[in-house]
Amino acid sequence: MYEIVAFYLFSVLTIGLFLVTVMSKNVLYAMTALASGMVLISGFFFILGADFLGVVQLIVYVGAVMALYSFAMMFFDATRDIKEKNTNAGLVFLLGGLSALVLVLMFAAPIHSDAIQALYPMHEGAGNAQDVGIVLFTKYLVPFEVAAVMLLVAMIAGIILAGKKMDQSLTEDTSADDEIMTLKDAK
Amino acid sequence: MIGLTHYLVVSALIFSIGLVGVLRRRNLLMLFFATEVMLNAVNIAFAAISHYYNDLTGQMFAFFVIAIAASEVAVGLGILIVLYKRYGSLDLDDLANMRG
Repeated sequence: MYEIVAFYLFSVLTIGLFLVTVMSKNVLYAMTALASGMVLISGFFFILGADFLGVVQLIVYVGAVMALYSFAMMFFDATRDIKEKNTNAGLVFLLGGLSALVLVLMFAAPIHSDAIQALYPMHEGAGNAQDVGIVLFTKYLVPFEVAAVMLLVAMIAGIILAGKKMDQSLTEDTSADDEIMTLKDAK
Repeated sequence: MIGLTHYLVVSALIFSIGLVGVLRRRNLLMLFFATEVMLNAVNIAFAAISHYYNDLTGQMFAFFVIAIAASEVAVGLGILIVLYKRYGSLDLDDLANMRG
């Protein structure tokens, strides 16, 4: 009963929030809606029994990625509405709706297969975090290390890309500085 | 009772929302948001299949998807900042300077 209520609540809220993300003209609204939608998606993970994945979603997505976005938004002008030239909006919605229809029909079809078997089945009695740790550090150790190296490369790339010429003005609007200088000269 | 199909349909709907965003957005930052929406939709499907087939592989894939999304954001935002420094705009129409 609680699962049903939680599922429908989370689905409706998530879809609504992500629609706001996609449709909003304001970057700040879009980012806030995206962050809250990600919190609700971690709710899905908790319903599904993937506790560790839910916590990782909260820490990495809502914590790190959204913080990164909000720091990056300090470089851009976030208060101004975005003007986008939307050519063929009808075509976009037609294509999106059609792909949604096809995907829903594909996934709503019943799965007739007995050949699907668990590759790494969950253990009875062991918690989710324990299970994940056992499989991650035995069967998926090499991808794990490769992902670690990839994250290191991404960190260095981010620092080098964003950190160059940090001391220069980003907005290129030096008129305010000039104004202050002339005021000082006048005095 | 909530079955696997429910979760997959929700995941497909969210993925389509992200797809519409990728198709209609002209601002690069908003395109990144739409990509995040699509990645999250795939994560829901992975977790649901993992739960209903009692298999941990789906959760493993979801972890790697999250790791890839994090590094994508780090590199992508760096490129966005460089682009904004150079052109003063993040609009794709302003950045398209390779007209044949």
